[in-house]
Amino acid sequence: MAAKPKLSMYWASSCGGCEVSLVNINEKILDVAANFDFYFCPCLLDTKKKDIEALKDGEIAITFFNGAIRTEENEEMAHLMRKKSAVLIAFGSCSYEGCIPGLSNLHTKAAHFDSIYLNNPTVDNPLGIVPKPETTVPEGKLTIPAFYEKVKTLSQVVDVDYSIPGCPPEPKQVWNVIEAVIQGKTLPPKGSLLGAGNSTVCQECERKKEDKKITRIYRTYEIIPDVETCLLEQGLLCMGIATSDGCGALCPKVNMPCTGCYGPPVGTLDQGAKMVAALGSIIDIGEKKGLSEDELARRADLIIDSMPDYSGTFYKYSLAGSILGGRKA
Amino acid sequence: MKRISIDPITRLEGHGKIEIFLNDDGDVVNTYFQVPELRGFEQFCVGRLAEEMPVITNRICGVCPEAHHLASVKALDELFGVTPPDAAKKIRELLYMAFYVTDHTTHFYALGGPDFIVGPDAPPAERNILGVVNKVGLDIAKQVIGCRARNHHVLEMIGGRGIHLPAGVPGGWSKSISEQERAEIEGIAKENIDFALFSLKAFDDIVLKNSAYLDLITSDIYVHNTYYMGLVDSQNRVNFYDGMVRIVDPEGKELIKYHPRDYTSVIAEHVEEWSYLKYPYIKSVGWKGFVDGMDSGIYAASPLSRLNVSDSMPTPKAQEHYERMYETLGSKKINGRYQPIHHRLVTHWARLIELLYAAEHMLELATDPEITSPKVRVIPERIVGKGVGCVEAPRGTLTHHYESDDKGVLTMVNMIVGTTNNYAPMTLSIKRAAEKLITKGKIVEQGLLNKIEMAFRLYDPCLSCATHSLPGQMPLIVNIRNNDGEVVRSFTR
Repeated sequence: MAAKPKLSMYWASSCGGCEVSLVNINEKILDVAANFDFYFCPCLLDTKKKDIEALKDGEIAITFFNGAIRTEENEEMAHLMRKKSAVLIAFGSCSYEGCIPGLSNLHTKAAHFDSIYLNNPTVDNPLGIVPKPETTVPEGKLTIPAFYEKVKTLSQVVDVDYSIPGCPPEPKQVWNVIEAVIQGKTLPPKGSLLGAGNSTVCQECERKKEDKKITRIYRTYEIIPDVETCLLEQGLLCMGIATSDGCGALCPKVNMPCTGCYGPPVGTLDQGAKMVAALGSIIDIGEKKGLSEDELARRADLIIDSMPDYSGTFYKYSLAGSILGGRKA
Repeated sequence: MKRISIDPITRLEGHGKIEIFLNDDGDVVNTYFQVPELRGFEQFCVGRLAEEMPVITNRICGVCPEAHHLASVKALDELFGVTPPDAAKKIRELLYMAFYVTDHTTHFYALGGPDFIVGPDAPPAERNILGVVNKVGLDIAKQVIGCRARNHHVLEMIGGRGIHLPAGVPGGWSKSISEQERAEIEGIAKENIDFALFSLKAFDDIVLKNSAYLDLITSDIYVHNTYYMGLVDSQNRVNFYDGMVRIVDPEGKELIKYHPRDYTSVIAEHVEEWSYLKYPYIKSVGWKGFVDGMDSGIYAASPLSRLNVSDSMPTPKAQEHYERMYETLGSKKINGRYQPIHHRLVTHWARLIELLYAAEHMLELATDPEITSPKVRVIPERIVGKGVGCVEAPRGTLTHHYESDDKGVLTMVNMIVGTTNNYAPMTLSIKRAAEKLITKGKIVEQGLLNKIEMAFRLYDPCLSCATHSLPGQMPLIVNIRNNDGEVVRSFTR
């Protein structure tokens, strides 16, 4: 019997949701076990790093790499997994585009530092102790990985074959990818997105759209939306129009706007830019005839003021991998 | 000086690193449990819209997003000065019970279970969920998978998604439950009760009837006399969703019972240079380093802790098993309550009793006439600007504290997360296990190292949760302060 191909899943700076999503393919996990040698996954298995280092280059058939690159350790593991894997897949929003942790890139290191260890309601730290990459204790030296200036995506540090979007990717999409591999289907060209569609969440959403203009933006706590009509047309900032399909429009189904976790649709470079462009064509400040410049500006300002957090709204998941990228200094 | 490293510590949800130092005689001198990972939520949530926090803080942890989501919406209820309708509170709690069933099931069978079911001395390649499948048989494995699947289905139905749900809003819930959905959930809750009873029986057969395991559980390796923390209801019974936080001392006497919003007067956090994670402790008792006992402010917050701080369980079957657990371990009743159990491996048993309670309570809520009420939201009319929300995450008491400006844009975020509570107890357990299991340079076998890992796996630690607080890179910062503690000058390298 030929040896089964090795499959591994590694987490860098992540939340574990990608692993849970894999486990949520439920009984099909047994098919995974039957078809692959599920070799390395610190969340579920006891295999250690040294076992990986002992493998031949490219010996792991597929690695799902989830989590962003935050620390030198994350990057080191990214290089190791790249070397040992024939196919390296950025699995989930963190490794694909930075995700929520990428919002970190809007703040300085010093600000993070201060609010975590020095000035916070519970910390008791009269000596101002802060974690250091290297500490000398009586018994010897202890090290922890140094942190990078910014969150990076996997493709910003190593060569990536494919990406699976989503926070986390929906289990049925994960299974679609695994099944295609098991069946020996030809994978799409390198660099493609797997486990997503070629359109937007709006295409999957069952709500009625009437191409209506909106005159104001509501925040989610301000209104109880109608359950049948398009949320954007009701004035809620639903990101569906600027987000890749693939999830099945789950959030709108429970009357909450899409927040964009599948990232930009295929062919769109920047999710935030796409959303702003879409808003440009849907927002209507009313009848403009006979209004003074000041009045027009006032109306536009009112709409802009109703969105107090652009980055967190338009780049909630895609900041680290976006053109914007975060703070420049 | 020899050193042994275990990195990564597997089968916990996050990253960790243990360093054990031996002297020239081959005895343990010291152990360090380091958390080399941080992400930074407390800082990067500043500037975000308050109402986005349930969706943002989900991403602290993909294993227990529901816990963060609910702590977050409870904090928002306060921040927006709004009281959700009863039906919304019940829907939140119903969702939470389904979540507890999946989470405790996952831990018992996939994360902690392999230590018992496959055996602590089995080769690493077998000590995992697939090894459990081989040991207990495919039928049982399918039952476990089925239990997770049907409850994740409930999470998606009520919460919107199986992982990282969107449905929580200040003042309630974004979706009501139809009669058809309710009936389905009722059926699932009944199956959950059977599954919990089955799991308790499996624990009986595999662990309690096996003298080697029983010896391990009751040995003094895994015993620490610490304080315990957990939410309790008005009758001092276990509650996962709401109530007052109760702390009992190592002898089982109540030290304090406080409202979550007063947490800063009770809890403080200690910082060490060699780890990114902080160590919470009880302020009034004080930080005395890594020691247990009445004079050390270290406390634990876990399934066993919650049972230890409570007088009883709120549901009948869970109460039977609760009594049996304390009686089996020879705990005496004083002033009508059992003395705390300090044997940490019993946490696995406590987790299954909680699984049963969650299933029973899920059925109570699914058959509550109010659960299908369409009135699930109240629109807030003001912004108070401060809110604290607290739930029991499976891994311990979880507190979210937000402050905002008058537009509802966040200005301050602080969180004390389930696993973080247990960072000091985990460190105690690891040190103790290392001291007991490595003597005179005795050869360190895989199984021995695994017993050290077992020492903290019983807390079901979730380090991705615990390390929500991250500075970017670790620069060197020197603050020069005046007598009032104000920074007059700050250097950054």
